[in-house]
Order: sequence, then structure tokens, then C-alpha cells
Amino acid sequence: MKIDLYERIWMGLGAVLIVVFLGIMIVMNTAHAVQPPSHIETVDPKGIWEDPRFAELGVTTTPEGAQVVLVSQMYAFLPAELEVPVGKPVKFRMSSADVVHGFQIVGTNANATLVPGYVTEFTVTFPREGEYLIVCNEFCGIGHHGMFGKVFAGTKPSEEAES
Amino acid sequence: MKRENKLPYAHILVAIVAFGLGSMVALMQALSRASLALPLRSPRIFYISVTAHGVLMGLVFTTFFIMGLGYAFSRAAFGRVTGEKVAWASFWLAVVGTAMAAAMILSGKATVLYTFYPPLQAHPVFYIGATLLVIGSWGWCGSMIASYRSWRRDNPTKPVPLVMHGILTTVIVWLLATAGLAVEVLVLILPWSLGLVKTIDPMLCRTFFWWFGHPLVYFWLLPAYAIWYAVLPKVVGGKLFSDNLGRMVFVLFILLSTPVGFHHQFSDPGISAGWKLAHTITTFMILFPSLVTAFTLIASLELAARARGGKGLFGWVRALPWGQPLFASVGLAMLTFAIGGFGGAVNAAYAMNAMVHNTAWIQGHFHLTVGTAVALTFMGITYWLLPRLTGRELRLAGAASVQPYLWFIGMMMFGVVNHVTGILGMPRRIYDAAYGGSEIAARWAPWTAVSAVGGVVLFVSSTLFISVVVATVRYGRKIETPEIVFADAYDASPGQVRGIWDRWPLWTSIAVALVIAAYAMPIAHHLMLQRFGSVGFKPF
Repeated sequence: MKIDLYERIWMGLGAVLIVVFLGIMIVMNTAHAVQPPSHIETVDPKGIWEDPRFAELGVTTTPEGAQVVLVSQMYAFLPAELEVPVGKPVKFRMSSADVVHGFQIVGTNANATLVPGYVTEFTVTFPREGEYLIVCNEFCGIGHHGMFGKVFAGTKPSEEAES
Repeated sequence: MKRENKLPYAHILVAIVAFGLGSMVALMQALSRASLALPLRSPRIFYISVTAHGVLMGLVFTTFFIMGLGYAFSRAAFGRVTGEKVAWASFWLAVVGTAMAAAMILSGKATVLYTFYPPLQAHPVFYIGATLLVIGSWGWCGSMIASYRSWRRDNPTKPVPLVMHGILTTVIVWLLATAGLAVEVLVLILPWSLGLVKTIDPMLCRTFFWWFGHPLVYFWLLPAYAIWYAVLPKVVGGKLFSDNLGRMVFVLFILLSTPVGFHHQFSDPGISAGWKLAHTITTFMILFPSLVTAFTLIASLELAARARGGKGLFGWVRALPWGQPLFASVGLAMLTFAIGGFGGAVNAAYAMNAMVHNTAWIQGHFHLTVGTAVALTFMGITYWLLPRLTGRELRLAGAASVQPYLWFIGMMMFGVVNHVTGILGMPRRIYDAAYGGSEIAARWAPWTAVSAVGGVVLFVSSTLFISVVVATVRYGRKIETPEIVFADAYDASPGQVRGIWDRWPLWTSIAVALVIAAYAMPIAHHLMLQRFGSVGFKPF
């Protein structure tokens, strides 16, 4: 197949570009575990309130960081307000009691799907102190736009004022 | 109108009616998003309209238009459409299916968006209607393949005309895609929505949906590519720069369109990171045929423009016929596709996707790609095709020349601005962005206002388009029907013999093998999990 010289150069550059893109992703994946949330664990959505893994909802803080256990349902995150440490890894373990919901903390890369029957798990470090907005970003019914929550990284502002 | 033109004409009219309805509900959404207090504004109606817009534009407008285009191009390039009776039966099946699904959506019984993720559960008639639309499209696939085989018997050595290379690629990609959809709807969803089984596995449905959902994108795009390769060089008075590479591009799409679906599921649980990375690799490989296309098409345009007296390093661009409706549409569609392509590389990036997943960025992205690269190309080709099907001269030609520019401006405001709001974290598909008076959400307001204005400009543009179509088919002056003629290529000679790119069974077999490689293992692993099903929910 005869191909024009300039087009051959363009095709070569295009191939190099794709290899570079993929190389960055493969290296970051392998060396630094930069991966999308891909936890595999199942849970019975009908029995989620009795399941020991979701018996205690909320934040458990340890010296190394924190763990958040959360269940979503139309149209709320339970619990809707979370207080987490700054600059330390926070592990989220979440699922849905009814339909598919989204869990997105605006201004961070915490963005995952909560599918009934499955446990979503990922770890995030909040770089700065302050209030973050959690939104549901997957259509879940006509109250979808009213489904949100808050994360306070560091201390909650009201408590700070009292102390 | 010539009898043989009735088949493509009927399909294209249904497509344009769907497009008109889809535009109307879109206007309402754009204004609603800017929180304007419109009459009838309610969450229920908003989400019905999001579902209607997605289904009408993404599935009905595109599918009918592509089928019509296939029949018109097959008649022109092969000199035949084989199985016309089956084709008409398929048309009516698809029309009835569409009407059934539309009735359910508009009556509020199927507010599940075009992705219909279980355990959201629509009325069974919605799924049955959608199934009939797809079965109708299979009839079209059968007719296209039969036309090709009939032509091949008469022309055993010639390469298939490039335009039909594109259409046949579309057919194969659509069959690969709808295999996944058929499993999702017929095996999993229908029995559950009819109450024959109690529960459904939402993750398995999502996996089969995106097996379908990504090649769906190429089902939309490939006919636009066929137009760019085979019609565009002709209307600018030039030739295609490389016929052979065009064929290679189409073959690469057959191979790579389907084994990529997990890049829509980066945020999903239940799929391992390794398989997501595997699909990322195939996803980035599909950038390649589009990069080749960019060169081939721009080179074809440059040579044509220089032949028309264009000068300078970039000055030749001015010598192109920017006042001609088809060229203006396709030129702007290609430009917009370049912008959309950059966004697409971000979406497909394994880790960066988390910044944009399900935000307004995504709706911005597909309004630039399918909503402009594809839809504007289809509007442009409508201006070119209508006289060739109906034997009537284009009316309101001035409006037809302005309309693509309005679409482009509207999309720069709507599509590009939604990328910004998405980066700022606004979710897609929300009735209202107040979030309890959140200060973070308040930052989105100025941007949503710009996108609302963009939505109004787009509505004006689509109204002009519909007006031109109605005026032409009703009041267009009768002329001798112009012929559909496709572009020649610099590297094609009359004596050319069919080559490697014409080996359809070979490429289709490799494509099937790649789909199996991409999905067999992860689905098998998934089925081995202890799974708990979900009952249906109807929160609408």
C-alpha cells in the first residue's frame, strides 16, 4: 500500500502519542496503583441494614487516618455529614439500599458509582481543610437533584467557634 | 418522487420528526437548568424530558437517519437495494416500536433515561418498543448485506465503493453492539419487568449495556465518516487524498469499536482494575483511525482549496465554499469533533476520568461529538440529499447557509461551557443545581446561564433546519432529480482489484474474537460471585 510521506510521518507521530498516553497510564497503574475504584465485594441490598459490615454507619478515626461506612438510598446519603481528618488517607466503604446512585465529592477525585448488591471502596486524602459538597451524580428518581451531603475535612467550623 | 427513493425518504422524515421533538424538549431543559421559573417546570416533567431527549436524539433520530442514508447510498453505489419488502416491513416495525416506547416515556411510565439502568424499572412496553426498533434495524442490516452480496456477484473483482465500505462497517459494528443489548434486554430485563423473575443483577446489566453503549457511538459516527470520506471531497470540487487509508480506518473501527466498554464503567464496583486497564488500551488504540482520518480529510480539502486558487500556509482555508450548506455543516462538524476528541481522551484516561465522570463535562463532550460532529453532518447531508431524493430544489437556501453557524455558536456556548461546569463539579442531568444553598454549587450559576443561552441558539438553529426541510418538501421547485455521485480518490484507479480491506468475514471474525477476549473472562468471573439481585423501583 503506497502512503504519502507526510501522512506516514503523521501516522508515526499519532502512534507515538498513543503509546506515550498508554505508557503513562500503565506506569502509574503498576508503580503507584493509580487506579479507578475497582473493589469486588457483594452485599444483599435487601438485608443491608442488618449486615454487620454496614451496621455502624459513619466515620471511625484512627491515628493513621479514617474509615467511612455509608449507605445511599433515595434521596440521601446516610450519614449526610462526615467529619474526616486532613492530609491522611480516608477509606470509604459504601453501597446502595435501592437504585444506582453516584457519590462525588466536588473538587476532589472521589467519584464512584454505588450499585445495589455491590460494595464500593476507595481511599482519598483531603489536601485542605474545609467543607466539601457531596452530590449524587447518577439519576436515581425525581428527587435526584436533592440528594447531597457534606464532608468537613478537619474540624467543623461551628465547633471551632465554640472552642 | 421516484419509487425507489421512497424508502430512504421515509426513514429520513421519521428521523427529522424525532429530531424536531427532541429539540423542543431540549430547549425546556436548557432553560430549566438555568433555574428560570417556567410554567410547567417540575422535576417529574424535567426527567421525562431528559429521557425523551436521550431516546429521541440518541436512538430514534440517529437510527432512522442512518438506515435512510444506507438505503440511499446503496441505491447510488451498488445500483440496488436488495430485499425491499423486508426493508419496508422493518421500517414499520421500527416505527411501531418507537411509538410504543415514546408513549410510555411521555406518559411518565418510563423515566429511566436512555441508559435505563436497573433496578430503575420502566413499563414493559417501553422495553418491548425499544426491542422492536432494534429488530427493525436488524432488517436494515440484512438488506445492506444482501445488497452487497448481490453487487459482489455481479462485480467479483472490484473493491467495494468506499462509501459502502463505510456503511457495511456501520452494519457490522451495529450487529456486534446490539448483541450485547439483546442479552441485556431479552435475557435480563424483560423477564424481570414482566414479573417472571423477581430480581435482577444491576452490574451485569451495566456491563451488557456498555458492551452496546460504546460501539453505539461508532454506529453514529461511521456514517458521518462515510460522508466525510465519500461526499465531502466531491462537493468542494476535489478528490479524496487516500482511498486505501480510508478503508483501513473503517476496518480498524470494526476491530476496535466494541472491546472497550469498561471505559464507561471506570467508577463501577465489581470490575477489576486490570480489566478496566485492558479496555483502556483498546480505547486509546481507537484514537489512531481518527488521527489518520484528520490527515486524509484535511489534505483532501487543502488540495481542493489550492485548486480553487487558495494560497498561503493556512490561507487556503478561505478558498473553501463556506457559504454552501453541506460544506459549512461538515467543516464545522469536523472542527467541533477535534475539540470533542481532546475531551474524549480525558474521559478515556483511566485515572483522569474520576475528575469528570457523570459531571456536566460528559454532556458537554457528547454534544460536541454526537450532537455536532454527527448531527450537524446529518443536517448538512439532508440539504444535499433532499433534492436528490425528492426532485425538488432546496428552499430557504439562505437559512440553510446560516443554520450550521448558529449550531456551531450554540454548541460552543453549550458544549464547551458544560466542560467547564463539569470540571467545577456540577453533575449532569439535574433538575436544579441549588444543593440547599451550597456556596460551592453557587459557583456554577454563571456558567449554566451561558449554556442556557447556547441552548436557545441551538433551538433557533434546529427550527431553521426543520423550516428548510418542510419548505423544500412542500414548496420546493420541481427539478430534474440530481444524481448522487461520490468522490474519486487520488490513489484509486479504474482497474483496481479488491484487496485485503475487502475481506469482510476475516475482519468480522477477528472483531468477534476481540469481543470474546474482552468480555468472556470478566463476565465469567462475575457470574462466579455470590450475587444478590435487586427488585424493581419506579421513583418517577
